[in-house]
Amino acid sequence: MNALLQEYLPLVIFTGISLAMGLALLVAPFIVAYRQPDPEKLSAYECGFNAFDDARMKFDVRFYLVAIIFIIFDLEVAFLFPWAITFGQLGVFGFWSMMVFLAVLTVGFIYEWKKGALEWD
Amino acid sequence: MTVAALFFYVFASICVASAVMVIASRNPVHSVLFLILAFVNAAGLFVLMGAEFLAMILVIVYVGAVAVLFLFVVMMLDVDFTALRQGFLNYLPVGGLVGVVFFGELVAMLMVGAGALAPGAAKAITDPIPPLADVTNTEALGLVLYTRYAYYFQAAGVVLLVAMIGAIVLTLRHKPHVKRQNIADQVARTKATAIKIRRVKPGQGI
Repeated sequence: MNALLQEYLPLVIFTGISLAMGLALLVAPFIVAYRQPDPEKLSAYECGFNAFDDARMKFDVRFYLVAIIFIIFDLEVAFLFPWAITFGQLGVFGFWSMMVFLAVLTVGFIYEWKKGALEWD
Repeated sequence: MTVAALFFYVFASICVASAVMVIASRNPVHSVLFLILAFVNAAGLFVLMGAEFLAMILVIVYVGAVAVLFLFVVMMLDVDFTALRQGFLNYLPVGGLVGVVFFGELVAMLMVGAGALAPGAAKAITDPIPPLADVTNTEALGLVLYTRYAYYFQAAGVVLLVAMIGAIVLTLRHKPHVKRQNIADQVARTKATAIKIRRVKPGQGI
């Protein structure tokens, strides 16, 4: 148990360093940077025109479909990892178990390919 | 072990605090970002329990994919944030009721114990799990998932298939007037199908 956690020490150090560096870069400008604001400097654009509308606009629903399909295949690959590690000990039944699983998902893959879900327009 | 306890309290406190911020923050995008923070800290808790594989899956699937999906949904909502706050008090009774029911179930579970509610559960928990020193977490999972729990594994595959088909049926809309390239059709064109020769007499239209 402890040996397992000790393997994560580099990760903790990495996270600590990145946190410290990020915070330092955030805080340092407030301390050392020269600041003399005036209304023109703080306005959205010093030249040109103001923004027409909000930057937050509706996303196309197709991004959503791509994201869902990505999650599903992500999960499929996640199931493959323990299988690959224990492949030698699983035997024939474990092998075909995974093959059936992959076949079921391949049915879905063919369906989405034929429906044109992988094409953009 | 004290270091592990320290990390447990760090992860748990950040997790609870960010979970509170998920429902408390004004901007839905910030809510999703706090949700990601909660997921990452939950992954840290899993690592402390020795469930490495679950922790990594949590980071990959939830932080990498589900959170992105939530961000898409939040972006797609296109809501006026001030208008969203209006109905807050209307939803409070229903949300509070759901919360009370969940809390009651949790308390009942702790008071009675899982064994009384599901007789087989206690036995399943005490089934021998290989010690971490011998096999890694992922390996222990792989040894039982594909053989002993093959039905659940196949059920997971079917659930994924249903999710895939459902997503396609619900969201796939083809634009009607899009010209696609169809190479077979293009190659199969001949002079007879592609051009038509009309003899036009002078002074008359077609």
